[in-house]
Amino acid sequence: MKKILLLLAVLGVIAGTTSAAVADPAADLNNLREFFKKKFPTVPFDEYANGLYALPDMQEYRDQWKLINEFPPYELGVADGKKKWETPFKNGKTFASCFKNGGKNIAQGYPYWDEASQKVRTAEMDLNDCLKKNGEPEFTDLDKDQAARVKLAQLTAYFYSLSAGQRIKIDLSSPGAVKAYEEGKKFWWQRRGQLNFACSNCHMDLAGKNFGGNQPLSAALGHTTAWPAQRLEWGRLETIHQRYKTCNSQVRAKPFKHGSDIYNNLQLYETYMSSGLPLTAPAMRN
Amino acid sequence: MADKQTKIRTKTQGNDTDVLVLVSHPMESGLRPDPKDKDKKVPAHFIEKMIFALNGKEVANADLGPAVSTDPLVGIKLKGAKAGDKLKVTWSDNKGESGSGEATIG
Repeated sequence: MKKILLLLAVLGVIAGTTSAAVADPAADLNNLREFFKKKFPTVPFDEYANGLYALPDMQEYRDQWKLINEFPPYELGVADGKKKWETPFKNGKTFASCFKNGGKNIAQGYPYWDEASQKVRTAEMDLNDCLKKNGEPEFTDLDKDQAARVKLAQLTAYFYSLSAGQRIKIDLSSPGAVKAYEEGKKFWWQRRGQLNFACSNCHMDLAGKNFGGNQPLSAALGHTTAWPAQRLEWGRLETIHQRYKTCNSQVRAKPFKHGSDIYNNLQLYETYMSSGLPLTAPAMRN
Repeated sequence: MADKQTKIRTKTQGNDTDVLVLVSHPMESGLRPDPKDKDKKVPAHFIEKMIFALNGKEVANADLGPAVSTDPLVGIKLKGAKAGDKLKVTWSDNKGESGSGEATIG
């Protein structure tokens, strides 16, 4: 009897310790990298920054993509974003005054955890805040107003282009950041919609294959490096949250709002999972 | 036109020069229903003529129409263009707007 009790106690201790140790982003990152190393042994790590075009069965798409990149149409949008970035506000300041280092080489740290507001902050939010702080009209109603959203995407694209080639480095040192990361991770693995797909089903299990015939699926590794991106289908620069929304509706799930906390957390999780990859935004995507 | 950009890129290989022109233009065909009012159509607005001139002399022209997509990319191949030659591309649309872009072949 005593022995059984002792055994139970020991088991309890073990069970207690295992359930306490859940949040370990570094181990998750390693697992994901190992997963893709095993799945696509021929693809070098840095190539994942090129999204689906890095994958072995995507040669056709890659050829098209290379041709488009000779004169990519997003250059028009980025030029518009550049103009907006450089045009001074009414008080004489510019966007560069709101960012460290004038906005150069800092995008690899986005999105980041803000201790003051206890929220994840994206580049879009910071750009909008900069407008507010300087008494300029913000980009609002991003769900319905496509023109405003595209303008914000163009501006964000130019902001990211100032940091092109920088390797993604996300700071998850504070407990709040890890909590947001965990929520993003939960979203990533949770099945949703009538098709009952989780993000992981398509972008890990089925990565490198076609969905519904003509929608090539990218690998989770390197997902955020190219955004804001221009898709062939859309013909305009768009934000990553718009992509999340369309991704959700493609599996027949109700999309969340542009800029909602859950998408911010997902973006934090995805960007952390792409740690160490160079930023290629803006880019063309299928 | 200030808000419509005309971007030009050239690439020379041997005797041939590839010229690509990208214009930011809505290229409305005039047949698309207005998203706000179904009974109306979005008025037609498309590029009709595009002229390529090398050192001030016309070398090619193109008739574009409503079938061409938004932000059109037009390419031509030039023979015998030399480095340092000035290429000018001008376009005009059905609303009387026009724009141009210049590039030096290198």
